[in-house]
Amino acid sequence: MNGEKVIKVSHVTRVEGHGNILIKIKDGKVEECQWQVVEAPRFFEAMLRGRKWYEVAHITSRICGICSIGHTLTSLKATEAAMGVTLSEQTKKFRRLLMHAENLQSHILHLGYLVLPDLAGVPSVVPLASSHTEHVLRVIRIHRLANEMSDLLGGRTTHPQRPVVGGFTKWPTVEEMETLRQKLADCLPDVEAVASLIKDLAGKLPQFTRETEYIALKHPDEYALYDGDIASTDGGTWPVDQYKEVTNEYLVPQSTAKFTKNRRDSYMVGALARLNLNYDQLTSKAKEVSEAFGLKPTSHNPFMNNVAQLVEVVHSMEESIRLIDDLLNNGIKDEKPSVSVRAGRGSGSTEVPRGILFHEYEYNKDGECVWANCIIPTNQNHANIQKDLEALVPEIKDRPQEQIELTAEMLVRAYDPCISCSTHCIFL
Amino acid sequence: MEKPRVAFFDFASCEGCQLQIINLEEDLLKVVAAVDVVSFREATKEHSDDYDIAFVEGSITRSSDEDRLNQIRGNAKVLVALGSCAVLGGINCIKNFHAPEYYRKFVYGEKAMLYETYPARPLKAVVPVDFEIPGCPINRKEFATVVKALLLGKRPEIPNYPVCVECKMAENLCVFEKGMTCMGPVTRAGCGSCCVIEGSFCWGCRGLVDNPNVDSQREILAKYGLSVQDVLGNFRLYTGFSEVAK
Repeated sequence: MNGEKVIKVSHVTRVEGHGNILIKIKDGKVEECQWQVVEAPRFFEAMLRGRKWYEVAHITSRICGICSIGHTLTSLKATEAAMGVTLSEQTKKFRRLLMHAENLQSHILHLGYLVLPDLAGVPSVVPLASSHTEHVLRVIRIHRLANEMSDLLGGRTTHPQRPVVGGFTKWPTVEEMETLRQKLADCLPDVEAVASLIKDLAGKLPQFTRETEYIALKHPDEYALYDGDIASTDGGTWPVDQYKEVTNEYLVPQSTAKFTKNRRDSYMVGALARLNLNYDQLTSKAKEVSEAFGLKPTSHNPFMNNVAQLVEVVHSMEESIRLIDDLLNNGIKDEKPSVSVRAGRGSGSTEVPRGILFHEYEYNKDGECVWANCIIPTNQNHANIQKDLEALVPEIKDRPQEQIELTAEMLVRAYDPCISCSTHCIFL
Repeated sequence: MEKPRVAFFDFASCEGCQLQIINLEEDLLKVVAAVDVVSFREATKEHSDDYDIAFVEGSITRSSDEDRLNQIRGNAKVLVALGSCAVLGGINCIKNFHAPEYYRKFVYGEKAMLYETYPARPLKAVVPVDFEIPGCPINRKEFATVVKALLLGKRPEIPNYPVCVECKMAENLCVFEKGMTCMGPVTRAGCGSCCVIEGSFCWGCRGLVDNPNVDSQREILAKYGLSVQDVLGNFRLYTGFSEVAK
């Protein structure tokens, strides 16, 4: 038994959902190395069958508590595509703002509460509240502001009520938007301070690279979050309704979630994929942060996804201020959504914090959902996590067991996986 | 006095209710100071099986869940169901209206039988539950109120009157007047009628009040030319489990 290391992390912590890491190293040889997804399946696509068109986004929002805004908007886009609903410019701008609110909320939660403890060598954010009080309070302030922004634009922080098929049920007032703008501007120093703390600790991020394919939305006019075509770092673009050509889902015995692949064995989605594909469209401050960390496209280090999230926090802050100015210049009109229900099939896609998300539905003439498919970012990352583990573990196999375990956990956490979302996806 | 030891667990859910606890922001630091959080997989690596209060989110959807829940029940002095999935079965129970062969095959195809699942159910269908915090997601202020009550050794109070009461106090125009249907007349209050305030209608996420005034609900439906059949889908959104049980 000499020289045997068995690592079984049963339910990786500080991630959303239930996943295990299993590693066996014997006599200096990696015998087993597996990323297992053990989350309970929830069967959302089947649940949608027979539900009314206006209930579908309400239900699919519940796929994920953390990216409920992204699920809601992607769902609305798919239904709108199926029914040929056109949207006003004001609606599209407010939806873009909502995407930024969620991106801020989710990224700062991941960086501040889930990743910082690893970099600081503590088990959770709780000890940091005493050792790094000022920084933790800054993280909380950014998180609270992002949530207030979601409240104001979406109705509430999680499972928003205001966004509906065709638009919004209620609009914020000009005064509310002016206040939000001021708060965002006031929050920039907090973001800079958190960025510089992460910069100081970034040496703890493992230097590991494995070439892979990155997939994200791409838009001619902006750093794509709300809209765009599917693009790959291996080349090629696809319209959203051809998403299945890219995702190619398949089942593996170790997982209740489906895996995906495009041209290689796996691909990665998320902040790093977006940055790799759309770097030039980041705001100038966001690029400065990226440069400070030495992060340039194309980065093949999955641990840099953490840094890419930080870059996006800066980007989303600045872009939100720009969008609010634009909205205030044009005035906020009390528009009402208008929908004529009809039969049809449509797909929608957005970039949620963890990567590209697809929903596709088919409706009958009464507006009842007869078929549905959702492909979640974390599904698309599972295969890449597995392949990364297979490449990473041999590189670190001679280190003490605790270090191998921590590095493997940090790898999983870098993807910011949303495991419960990923287990109920896919129609075959 | 020793601080109570608190643990958080989750089953089939979106984890949005645990997120509401993190969303307490600065107040979370106060909660963390008043209790010892010994297990919270979403937020910390630390874990202990020695705890007084367990908050449990999510529905039970497979027999292996029951083993884990029984263990939690055995360890905890007080078990609190967190959110509609745990309290009611919630949205997960929609699948119960389809045959299992259908939804398993629809999602997982020929390999469906590899994946363990059974009709979704609330925690109380498996173990005794001491307190319930309904909502999809939970109202974080209500969570803080429940924690305060538990710390003081008092029984937490969750309203047992319908959303209509809060909706009237908020001076909203009745949703039925806007040509929509609403679960407000029979749904447990405590949300402040937040969905109606935001321009939607009550979806019934907090479950039914203990003795819903069914006659009154029928009268309202009749007044607006609707039948029970018309609103059955609404009942099956969050409270499907109770209907199945009947």
